[in-house]
Amino acid sequence: MPVKIALPKGRLLRKTAALLQKADWGLDEYQSNMGFYRPQASKFPDLLIRVFHEKDIPIQIALGNYDLGICGLDWLRELLVKYPSSGVVKIKDLLYGEGSLYLASAALRPDFKQNGTPLRIASEYPNLAEAYALQQRMNRFSVFPVWGAAEAYPPENAEMALLAAGSAAELAACAMRPVAKVLDYSACLIANRSSWENKDLDKIVASLLSALPETAKSVAEKKDAVPAFSPPRIVEKIARDAVRLALPDGHQQQQTVELLTRAGIKIEDYPSESGVRRPQIALDGVIVKVIRPQDMPLQVANGNFDLAITGRDWLTDHLAQFPSSPACEILDLKLRKVRLVAVVHQDMPVADTAGLRNYIAGRDAPFRLASEYVNIADKYARDNHLGHYRVIPTWGATEAFLPDDADLLIENTETGRTIARHNLKIIDTLFASTACLIGSRMTVDSPLKKERLADLVKKLQAAVGDA
Amino acid sequence: MKIQRCKGMRDMSPAEMTVFHLVEEICRDCFLKWGYQEVRTPTIEYLHLFTSAGTLTPGMLGKVYSFLDWDGWSGERVVLRPDGTIPVARLYTEKMQEQGLARLFYAANMFTFEENGEKTRERWQCGAELIGAGSAVADAELLALSSEILQKLGLKGVELRLSHAGLIKALLEKIGLSPEEQHKLFDSILDGDADALARVSRESPELGGTLLSLLKLKGKSPGFLRNQLALLRQTAPEICAPLEDFLKTVAVLDELGIKYQINIASGTGFEYYTGIIFQYFTGREKIGGGGRYDALIPSMGGGNAPASGFALYLDRLMTLVKPASFILTSPLKVLVKALSPDAVKEAFNAAAGLRKAGFIAELDLDGRPADWTLEVKSGGALTLVNKAESVKSKIENINAAVALLEAPGAG
Repeated sequence: MPVKIALPKGRLLRKTAALLQKADWGLDEYQSNMGFYRPQASKFPDLLIRVFHEKDIPIQIALGNYDLGICGLDWLRELLVKYPSSGVVKIKDLLYGEGSLYLASAALRPDFKQNGTPLRIASEYPNLAEAYALQQRMNRFSVFPVWGAAEAYPPENAEMALLAAGSAAELAACAMRPVAKVLDYSACLIANRSSWENKDLDKIVASLLSALPETAKSVAEKKDAVPAFSPPRIVEKIARDAVRLALPDGHQQQQTVELLTRAGIKIEDYPSESGVRRPQIALDGVIVKVIRPQDMPLQVANGNFDLAITGRDWLTDHLAQFPSSPACEILDLKLRKVRLVAVVHQDMPVADTAGLRNYIAGRDAPFRLASEYVNIADKYARDNHLGHYRVIPTWGATEAFLPDDADLLIENTETGRTIARHNLKIIDTLFASTACLIGSRMTVDSPLKKERLADLVKKLQAAVGDA
Repeated sequence: MKIQRCKGMRDMSPAEMTVFHLVEEICRDCFLKWGYQEVRTPTIEYLHLFTSAGTLTPGMLGKVYSFLDWDGWSGERVVLRPDGTIPVARLYTEKMQEQGLARLFYAANMFTFEENGEKTRERWQCGAELIGAGSAVADAELLALSSEILQKLGLKGVELRLSHAGLIKALLEKIGLSPEEQHKLFDSILDGDADALARVSRESPELGGTLLSLLKLKGKSPGFLRNQLALLRQTAPEICAPLEDFLKTVAVLDELGIKYQINIASGTGFEYYTGIIFQYFTGREKIGGGGRYDALIPSMGGGNAPASGFALYLDRLMTLVKPASFILTSPLKVLVKALSPDAVKEAFNAAAGLRKAGFIAELDLDGRPADWTLEVKSGGALTLVNKAESVKSKIENINAAVALLEAPGAG
């Protein structure tokens, strides 16, 4: 059995590549985020290397798909705090990629009592956030898992955020104050427990450790000076009649700007080069915040926003998890057309869902579905009676999972070219998704707000018609 | 592929269910006779019910099964109940507060995550809660009731161990720890670290030999407790109130002749305990326990309602009781056999007649032999067959069959 190692994309890629270069691995195709997921090491020709989103790595190691992996201690803890018996062990700090997880607030003194209402915490680390809240004996709290931009939520949409930052000063730059430091982390080498106990990993591990700096301080020794004062974010109290609109960050921004322009709505500093998440919009009584499209349905459901522009794919995923959610589609914006598809490897002798069901029926091992759309994937498996299955949550680069680490992907595609390039094939189309305006089924008790909402929807509707 | 049950969950076979019901029925019978009323609370509760200060220890909270349910878009998590008392206290606060004193009991399953899933993650327990009474007599009622149940179950060598949460807290305060440290140490004592208190006490010049000997105290020594009280009145008056409270309950137990062991340093239980804590052991196995929790209902907004309760662990009791020592009577079983396809309706009717008369009547589906068989022919002709006696009796109707089955010696 060859040794298998999972390497990170994203924030740790550059320094991990440098470490491996120092260790003389002779890696090809591991220098950029261009979508190469299967690099080769000339020093260890038998070593099987795959590149994943960092958050996926502890899960892959715990599942036993890989023997070794490199990821931040934060993601390892996020897994272990919820699943303490996972088969993953930390081997060694790698002395780079340092940072801390802070519970932070936008107010000078967050009100922990909240008059009996839940204290809201937004975080990409929902398990760690919950564990911390329990540990601190917070009486009543809600943890909102978000895909990113947790710092955008306080103070209006959450009392606090648990988020990663290089230092407390870095937090201050986005007008957040640390309430507590929850964890110091750095990149670390992790291993599957069974592989660590039974497999010969010594040469790989020795090679990695030989390239580590000798004098670097460990994370535990890191001293972080908390700034004596950071000004609270100045946010005007939101009027009862104001319409709260969420706009997407990332690659959907340009199309959104074009739509708004067609609707005759001017918006400033969006997309923002300096990372401003509260752009000004030239519409009376409308307040805008920029967040991840994945997070919008939940935020609309819990009343943080009245309207949001997201994809139907994310709304469908949200409704698959929370069927009684008040979030609903208001207007099809007919932008960013994609299909949600079920994908298998070319070599799998399956042409459609019925064939898939027959194929699975003959297997002993549970069937593995990997997807960013965890709830859609789960529903797909249930609706199609896929028997004994497991859903593997992923955070991008899902194509890398087939055929070794998953049997089926639920993925979005525009043209199907990326899927074909990775030697994969589509066996089912679940639905077509476009950008849409979503809102809440909850009744609005302010006549002025109702009027503003209707006016905004009408403007966007006209813009869609003009497209 | 063989489908397995979830890790840490248990099945109960028909034989185990018989024992389960035997134990449950004895508990239920005693509870009802002492004036307790049965309640049932949901398997799923909001997480925040268990997170409030003064409910579960962090050690226990770290082991709850919590998740967002289909209504969880508000971000609030729910849990599979890890404890029986807190939901009953919630029910009382929600619906029964006005009645004042309430004697309630339940039989329910609790869920806690256990690392390897080798031990059980689902536990069954029978519990009683006495809400609205704060006296030593109320404590004694629960101790007498629980002792009676264990006695009726025929358990031998049961040891009752007593401690007192208020006394432990007063000692922790006396040691001079910060409120946070006191809280932490109290939790670790409740999570089962029996030596924690003694370890810290040894380092405390405040305590000296007097209190250390109180901590070391094991055994049935109410006299010693009284002597300690006399001594402490001078040196540590703040410890006297909980000690007096403890003594009051112990005095009632003495009058009732209930045997116990005092072991102050071992208070395993729940953070919500404020007064007496008791545990039942057979050998090294804990089979139940309880205590006084006067602050729980007020913390839920339920007004000033002192309360105490206990639970007996059904899973453990099931392995200890000997069903053979109980007379388990069940009705006589008769296999009803339709001898031809057109006799099926009559067979169903005959079986119904037997059931009405109090017998177990099974329809014959696979031809297996039975001690008693009632053969039904088309037109309703009946033959009762006694396999043991090799006797076949032709009978006219179901009443005649009942008469034969009820005859002396039939069962």
